Amino acid sequence: MFDFVRRRNFYYLLSLLVLLPGVISLIIPPALKAGIEFTSGTTFTARFQNEVEEDELRSALGDLGHPEARVQRTGENKFLVRTSELKGTTEAPPLGPAPEGERDILEAALVERFGSMVDADGEVVDRFIEYASVSATVSREIGRNAAIAVGAASVAILLYISWAFRSIPNPFRCGIAATIATLHDVVLVVGAYSLLGKLFDMEVNTMFITGLLTVIGFSVHDTIVVFDRIRENNARYPDLDLPTSVNNSILQTLGRSINTSFTVVLAVVALLLIGGVTIRPFLVVMLIGVITGTYSSIFVASQILVTWEERDIPRLFRRIAFRRAPAPSEG
Amino acid sequence: MRRSNWILLGFIGVLTAFSLVVMWPSEPWRYLPDAIPWPEGQGIKFPFIKLDGANIEGTTVERRAMRLGLDLRGGTRLVLEADTSELSDDELDRALEGASDIIERRVNAFGVAESEIQRQGDNRIAVQLPGIEADEAIRKIGKTALLEFRELQRDDQGNVAVNQNGEVTYVPMPVPTGENDITFAARYNQLLESAVWVPAKATGRDGVEKELTGRYLSGAYFGTDNLGRAVVNFEMNDEGAHLFKQITTRLIDQPLAFFLDGEPIRGADGSIQAPRVNSVISDQGQITGLSFDDADYLAKLLRAGAFPVPLTVVQQEDVDATLGEDSVRQSVIAGEVAMLVIILFMVLHYRLPGLLAGAALFVYTTVVLAVFKLWPVTLTLAGIAAFVLSVGMAVDANILIFERMKEELRIGRSLVIALDEGFNRAWSSIRDSNVSTLITCAILFWFGDQFGASLVKGFALTLAIGVIISMFSAILVTRTFLRLVIGARWLRNPAFWAPDLRQRGALIEQEAGATPGGGGGGS
Repeated sequence: MFDFVRRRNFYYLLSLLVLLPGVISLIIPPALKAGIEFTSGTTFTARFQNEVEEDELRSALGDLGHPEARVQRTGENKFLVRTSELKGTTEAPPLGPAPEGERDILEAALVERFGSMVDADGEVVDRFIEYASVSATVSREIGRNAAIAVGAASVAILLYISWAFRSIPNPFRCGIAATIATLHDVVLVVGAYSLLGKLFDMEVNTMFITGLLTVIGFSVHDTIVVFDRIRENNARYPDLDLPTSVNNSILQTLGRSINTSFTVVLAVVALLLIGGVTIRPFLVVMLIGVITGTYSSIFVASQILVTWEERDIPRLFRRIAFRRAPAPSEG
Repeated sequence: MRRSNWILLGFIGVLTAFSLVVMWPSEPWRYLPDAIPWPEGQGIKFPFIKLDGANIEGTTVERRAMRLGLDLRGGTRLVLEADTSELSDDELDRALEGASDIIERRVNAFGVAESEIQRQGDNRIAVQLPGIEADEAIRKIGKTALLEFRELQRDDQGNVAVNQNGEVTYVPMPVPTGENDITFAARYNQLLESAVWVPAKATGRDGVEKELTGRYLSGAYFGTDNLGRAVVNFEMNDEGAHLFKQITTRLIDQPLAFFLDGEPIRGADGSIQAPRVNSVISDQGQITGLSFDDADYLAKLLRAGAFPVPLTVVQQEDVDATLGEDSVRQSVIAGEVAMLVIILFMVLHYRLPGLLAGAALFVYTTVVLAVFKLWPVTLTLAGIAAFVLSVGMAVDANILIFERMKEELRIGRSLVIALDEGFNRAWSSIRDSNVSTLITCAILFWFGDQFGASLVKGFALTLAIGVIISMFSAILVTRTFLRLVIGARWLRNPAFWAPDLRQRGALIEQEAGATPGGGGGGS
């Protein structure tokens, strides 16, 4: 039978190599392309009746005083545009029509330039079909709350695992190992997202945070299945040493791990191919997260248990210390 | 045991049939292949007892459609922020409470169905208005609706203050030169346009000098005068009448203007509405010269009252209804495709149990959708994504169990024992992993609640419901199906259960009495 445990240091190295590009991308600013919820601004979707090229729209927006506008084609003559916050419709007199806000001016100018704007059914509406705007005061709070949510989720899960696995020796180790694996997945997903942001302008929005938290849940889900098996094997064969036990558990749950991830990946891919653009960041996160979540439960979380038990790290230190020790004594 | 399984199957059957009736869409052809003439869904009616304050009334709840979020049905979501600078925490709380009430009254007055107004955080109000565009929504909610009564600013000689390009000078009031002075009206209007208007003040019953504002209105109604022109009739409350009496006494023969949020109310012809005070009035008055629409609107605004605190829009989202419809269709079809592919995979990989898992998945889907509709859960795009994911996770429980069964079969257990062992052993991982997902859901829900990301909240709730029902489905539904199937001897063919076992020569048809102690070897 395949020995998963023996090559654990190789897997750590592999993980580091996979994490590296993302981490480097995170170091190079901007780490992540923040969506309007985190930086304030406006996004809207415009669909034109006539042929419109992405570049034409971009330069038109530049002429209209929005050189910062980012334009992304999302369908046939349909574009998702992000600009700085459009103001003006926030205050309205109680009588008579609302004053022209920047939005109205922009809509009118685009219609004049490119012809009618239509809705999803092709009816002429001359309006944006989707519009969202967030001011700076709100975005600051959302950013802070998102960080709190990710932190709280991690801590709660760590505590739950330590409690659920209280029957095996050192349950806290399980919690820590699962948390490190989860962290591994979070860093990988965020890093991958950072790369996607640099390459394809993918933005971080609340759906991304939702996806990230779901990935945390999934990752722990996978880890728990393997740990549950270790817990069971330990109870059944108390004489078996931990590395063997962990290896057996990985082997015994391997089929399930792969099949489950596969079905979830199927569901995500179906949504990705057919579903709307709005949740695409979420789905991309899920896709990466489910795969790495399965990987990390086998190749990170379980391996850490063995590393800890075998005291690999103290040994590593001792080896380094031993190698170094003679040098100064000779000198 | 076998009898109880049949009872369970009956229960599952009834539950599924009920759920199917509840969740069946009223326009099934939108989501299903239109080659088949699907029957139209009718929704379901429930007699419900609704506790409404003191009076208990029996109402019927009928749900024909899923409750959809704004991203799926179109509409506007606004977040309004209160100016906190001049209020203590306690005052702010009361002011926001009042503002929410006023928004609600206004929104209701203008007939927006299924609107939602929620306090959010310390100083915000989130407003959801289905089927309404943003600028219209903002107009409907209005910034503030502070009605003021203003008079001309005058000096001691009775000259009127006029603002000309920022410079204030005092000019005498124009007087008609004779009976037929045709320029008088124009000169008079010109003066009103450029005059400096100051709030009309009077001493209140408590001895404090007060400005007369819409705060002292007790009612405002749209009506017509004896010439059939649109007017707004208003009534003052006690304190208002007290102030109004003093002011009209002082301003006899002089104009009194109505200002709304610092802007003079203008008539249909665009001129400032500043009627001359003819007599002393106390408890009621009339605003004239408006167009019918404006008079009607103004009356509603005045009735709904003014905001106790200034509000500004800090977040705004709106979605076109047709776009939402498209999203629903796409997501439903994505979900159907995902489910078919998952079931196909399960059948190919796990054979008969896979097929049963597929059937269990069908039960699961109908039950979850029925719960969504009855609760009712507001479905958003994120919620649909969560649901499709929960389908993936529901299958996980089955996969865990089947893998476990296979293992038990491999070490020589009989089918009956393998089944029970499979379920018992898999339970702890199903429980623990689902609890951790529920923890994440709880935190997501809180996260969404904190800043009104209804998208996130909807996702968390949908996922949580999915996870809880998936546990029921895996444990109860799949197990019942499997137990019943095992009862049929011809179905115990190894080819139906685990094709690889036959090659290993495992004894799948062993009966329950076989020695269970054989399995120690592990690998």
